[in-house]
Amino acid sequence: MGFFIETMLGGLMTGMLYALVALGFVLIFKASGVFNFAQGAMVLVAALAMARFSEWSNAALGGDSLFLANVIGIIGAGAVMFLVAWAVERFVLRKLVNQEGATLLMVTLGIAYVLEGLGQTFFGSEIYSINVGMPKDPVIMFEGLIEGGVMINKEDFIAAALAAVLVGGLTLFFQKTAIGRALRAVADDHQAAQSVGIPLNKTWVIVWCVAGLVALVAGIIWGSKMGVQFSLVTVALRALPVVILGGLTSVPGAIVGGLIIGVGEKLSEVYLGPFVGGGIEIWFAYVMALIVLLFRPQGLFGEKIINRV
Amino acid sequence: MNMTDTNSSSTAAASAPGRRQGEVILDLQNISLRFGGVKALTDISFNIREHEVRAIIGPNGAGKSSMLNVINGVYHPQEGRIMFRGEERKKMEPHVAAQQGIARTFQNIALFKGMSVLDNIMTGRNLRMKCNIFQQALWLGPALREEIAHREKVEEIVDFLEIQHIRKTPVGALPYGLQKRVDLGRALAMEPQILLLDEPMAGMNVEEKQDMCRFILDISDQFGTTIVLIEHDMGVVMDISDRVVVLDYGKKIGDGTPHEVRNNQDVINAYLGSGH
Ligand SMILES: Nc1ncnc2c1ncn2[C@@H]1O[C@H](COP(=O)(O)OP(=O)(O)O)[C@@H](O)[C@H]1O
Ligand SMILES: [Mg+2]
Repeated sequence: MGFFIETMLGGLMTGMLYALVALGFVLIFKASGVFNFAQGAMVLVAALAMARFSEWSNAALGGDSLFLANVIGIIGAGAVMFLVAWAVERFVLRKLVNQEGATLLMVTLGIAYVLEGLGQTFFGSEIYSINVGMPKDPVIMFEGLIEGGVMINKEDFIAAALAAVLVGGLTLFFQKTAIGRALRAVADDHQAAQSVGIPLNKTWVIVWCVAGLVALVAGIIWGSKMGVQFSLVTVALRALPVVILGGLTSVPGAIVGGLIIGVGEKLSEVYLGPFVGGGIEIWFAYVMALIVLLFRPQGLFGEKIINRV
Repeated sequence: MNMTDTNSSSTAAASAPGRRQGEVILDLQNISLRFGGVKALTDISFNIREHEVRAIIGPNGAGKSSMLNVINGVYHPQEGRIMFRGEERKKMEPHVAAQQGIARTFQNIALFKGMSVLDNIMTGRNLRMKCNIFQQALWLGPALREEIAHREKVEEIVDFLEIQHIRKTPVGALPYGLQKRVDLGRALAMEPQILLLDEPMAGMNVEEKQDMCRFILDISDQFGTTIVLIEHDMGVVMDISDRVVVLDYGKKIGDGTPHEVRNNQDVINAYLGSGH
């Protein structure tokens, strides 16, 4: 029992991170109709920038203040993500308004390669570390409730909490502010949004910035856990089945989908893994997404059929 | 629609006098617009005067909506000039037209379906909101005060259009007639100088049409807004417009007061010929 709950909680915590990255997908898709395959590359670039900027400033500061170095790293990486958002709008989206969804999807594949290439050119292609002081030791919780208690990884817990706060904050921002309202307007109807004076270009920059912020947080969390390396791209793309499952256009779908996939992955790994061999957590998410697609092509929370992808 | 069946228009001439008709605010000169091989508009010229209600009529596919889309920057004509307040207007995007005080409604309602009536109308205040993204994200005082001030303005519009009872309803759940009214409300919230209405009464029943007519006239009288109106119902056009331009197959075939246009032989032929 304790073990089962432990696995569940572990899954929920991972799932929260998937939800965060999935939110980046959903926001971009809603606002610009683009299925952004570059989200994984954005996580990599953000993490690389963070790792290297903090490393360099740490060296420049003589290793005295890791905190200050990290702050500089975050600001630097944030600036890089802003630059990415600006460049994507300026050089890609603006030229391709009203193109087919498939075209835009291919374009984001291109953006992904460019980002991965440029990122590694500027910041290097070795394995770097991010040290933001995440605790690495586990704690035992609920000892009074369950025999033997439940062991929780503190790092995972903090990461999940951070992701939850960001997801909550962004949701509030979109629901409760005028700019959020304008972004929802663009998501609903480009023409009408423009007719009331909402510029599409600015909206896209904001949305890609938000996706960049999401990528930065995810990049820091995963980077500090397993090192900054190319495989971060793959980890981030684990959020792909999440959006398929939850529905491309649904923010709640991204959150619930993330949690379902997180839990499903962990449970399958533990309980099915021994029978089908290892590595199940890598493809299980896709199987879950496919099963949902069979019954609900629009995903659990999506609107009608998507004719864009 | 039948040109002879316009008994409700007996007061047409009477409605025009008394309304202020000012300077030419928008002057369209020799506008031609093509989509590939389709000539949507061919060499069309007419002007719009401040404070007037200017109707654009014509059979389906005549190019009326295209004309409206040219005016608010959705389409860019291959030929012709647009003079706005005496100056040639550059090629521009719809959101720039909005900044210049041009608001519009849509033939096929284009509301923000996921949002409530209030939120939809609030988007019309977007250009007047000055707080930056950080003030808003952090819910700082100025952002909150700004939101409240604009919310009050929106409530005025809600009262004006008599839609208090559906303020919080998601627009997707509303019947067609009310959606049209919300569409108008969103445009009104911009406090525009020129209001473009693309078939605001299409698909409405008689009562709803009467309400809409009343709103349009009230907007004109109370706010002095210049109104460009596309409408199919001839009776309505005769009743509420000051001047009418008639399009057929992308060409202008008539321009003048409702009375003049109604007696124009080309116009009569176009309407009889098209089976309306
Ligand atoms: N975006 C477009 N692409 C191609 N053709 C168009 C487009 N918009 C309008 N048209 C064509 O232009 C002509 C005029 O259409 P429209 O302006 O909608 O007429 P109306 O509003 O008078 O019914 C039609 O033949 C229509 O098919
Ligand atoms: Mg039309």
